[in-house]
Amino acid sequence: MVPMPHYLIVSALLFSIGIAGVILSRNLIIMFMSIELMLNSANLAIITFSRFLNLMDGHVFVFLVMAVAAAEAAVGLALIITIFRNRGTIDADKFNLLKW
Amino acid sequence: MNQSLIIIPLLPLIGFLLNGLFLGRLNKRLISIIACGSVGLSFLWGVKLFFQLLSMPENARVIEEVAFTWIPSGEFVVNFGFLFDPLSAVMVLVVSGVSFIIHLYSIGYMHEDPGYGRYFTYLNLFVFSMLTLVLANNYLLMFVGWEGVGLCSYLLIGFWFEKKSAADAGKKAFIVNRIGDFGFILGLFIIFWQTGSLDFGMVFNKAPEVFVIGSGLITAATLLLFLGATGKSAQIPLYIWLPDAMEGPTPVSALIHAATMVTAGVYMIARSNVLFMMAPTTLLVVAVIGIATALLAATIALAQNDIKRVLAYSTISQLGYMFTACGVAAFAAGIFHLMTHAFFKALLFLGSGSVIHALAGQQDMRYMGGLKKHMPTTYITFLIATLAIAGIPGLSGFFSKDEILWKAFSSDYGSPWIWFTALFTALMTAFYMFRLVFLTFFGEERMDHHAKEHLHESPKIMTVPLAILAILAVIGGYIGIPHVLGGGNQFEKFLEPVMKGLPSSGGGEQALASSGYSASTELGLMIGSVILILISIYLAYYLYLKNIALVGRIRESISGIHKIIYGKFFVDEMYGALIVRPLVGGSVFLWKIVDVILIDGVLNGLAILIGDLSLGVRKMQSGTLRRYTTIFLIGVIIIVGYFALR
Repeated sequence: MVPMPHYLIVSALLFSIGIAGVILSRNLIIMFMSIELMLNSANLAIITFSRFLNLMDGHVFVFLVMAVAAAEAAVGLALIITIFRNRGTIDADKFNLLKW
Repeated sequence: MNQSLIIIPLLPLIGFLLNGLFLGRLNKRLISIIACGSVGLSFLWGVKLFFQLLSMPENARVIEEVAFTWIPSGEFVVNFGFLFDPLSAVMVLVVSGVSFIIHLYSIGYMHEDPGYGRYFTYLNLFVFSMLTLVLANNYLLMFVGWEGVGLCSYLLIGFWFEKKSAADAGKKAFIVNRIGDFGFILGLFIIFWQTGSLDFGMVFNKAPEVFVIGSGLITAATLLLFLGATGKSAQIPLYIWLPDAMEGPTPVSALIHAATMVTAGVYMIARSNVLFMMAPTTLLVVAVIGIATALLAATIALAQNDIKRVLAYSTISQLGYMFTACGVAAFAAGIFHLMTHAFFKALLFLGSGSVIHALAGQQDMRYMGGLKKHMPTTYITFLIATLAIAGIPGLSGFFSKDEILWKAFSSDYGSPWIWFTALFTALMTAFYMFRLVFLTFFGEERMDHHAKEHLHESPKIMTVPLAILAILAVIGGYIGIPHVLGGGNQFEKFLEPVMKGLPSSGGGEQALASSGYSASTELGLMIGSVILILISIYLAYYLYLKNIALVGRIRESISGIHKIIYGKFFVDEMYGALIVRPLVGGSVFLWKIVDVILIDGVLNGLAILIGDLSLGVRKMQSGTLRRYTTIFLIGVIIIVGYFALR
């Protein structure tokens, strides 16, 4: 059986990739996908603990998170499409009107 | 007959509301009917209640009723209650009666004024406040009326507010009165603190138990009340507002600043006689201030040229008389003089108003003269009032003035020197009043050509009130004929139930005997003073009609003194230098240095500092999403790291 640290390391790696994607990318779609990645890395960590502690609570939580994530993905994509229609671009650095 | 007292002040209030709410939408006729009608009905109701009072047994002549509880606050309860006893009855009849006459007169006097409606609105509000003042059954409600008349006084002095002097005079009256009112309130605090009530009946019943006679506390309380009275009734040191109050319309001067409002202080002291009798020191102060005011104001009146100003100082002087009477514990004599004075001084002012009206606004006596044949009614009524104020036997002023003189001489609290000063003042009063009459109605006509053409007797609506007042000025004194002249002094007897502070005299003969003077002394003093007054009138006649050149020579030879008296002893200037200037200077210091430099400086400095600091910091908010994320991440790492490595 694969020991617990391996799962957690994968989870941490996925999370780091997600953060890097949000910070380094300027494309809103990629940033959005990176956020989903971070969400799922958290799911993985929760499932891991749930499995090794023999508790079902984590599973329930993860299902809930996935349901919310699905809804959120729909809303987020809709927003991005609207932004693109209005501004003609999805470059995050172009959207800096709200400043000092 | 429940709740019938409230009708007296309620009627003018309704008149005020009608005229005030529909200001500018009513025609002059309707305004006059509402204003005069409400006051007239109020007077009639007062008369009705007065007869109801007379029908009651002598020692139970009190009608008291509570409209509602006004302030219920634990131990402290104040009722909106009214009290109708002999003292209130006299005041109500004088106030509403004289007001009614002056309302009628105003119809003629103000008929051309654009502020006609506003004028009658204020006038009705004044009558309402004044009636509340004299009818209140507790000090607090009295104070409401007290403040109300002060407000109306301000509004009416500054009635022609486009004129700066009028607006200033109104302000001056209001501010000076405020000083007195503050004393009044403090006095009320002491009374409430000690007796636990402000209700007249309760206070006067409890006062002998809680206050020690002559103690510091009762002296302080009564002195503070007296301070309030000096403000409202224009006594030293707060008399300075009254002469300036003559900026208002003349009927207002007659009503408020001669006949009614200024007597509020005298009424208040007479009402509080129980308290004042327990503080001999205060009584002495009241007497001394009263007589000093009487003397000072009479002196100033000798040298004034403005007809209304002479009358204003004469009013102050006569008020001084009333206070002298109160100070020698002759409260009834003070109220008696208050009443007769209301008649003849209102008449004098209305007469002078008639003269001013005829001369198209001229108030300087140096440009009058010879009006006798042009305005016969005004002349005759004015002469009657002058004879009354001078104290010629047979007219009202004689009885009341002589009563005060006699009390000043014979009372336990009086003394010959108070009597002497009062007599001397009476001589000066006769002199300056006849100087006024001779300069105005006799001699050559000194007005310019234009004014001479405009000359006319006033219309009926103005002369009829003059005639009514003249009749009152003659007969008003006969209700208080002293014992030595075969009268019963009905007036004093009528007021006796109210004067609980005085030892019951039980009829005139005993009072006379107990005071230690015989009737012949009183008669002698009376005759002596009348002879002196006649001499003083002859002197005025000689100086101002026979030998005017002599007056000029006298003025030359004492030009220094004349200048001082003409300048009203420079009291205004002294107050200006001692109080107003330092106050204004201090305020300017607070404004320009403390407020502008110190407070504004600190606040503006702080604001600028924060603004400058944020100039740098605000760059952080760049609007770039990725930078925010980075900073957020760094924050999370720091916090998680802190908890992990702790």
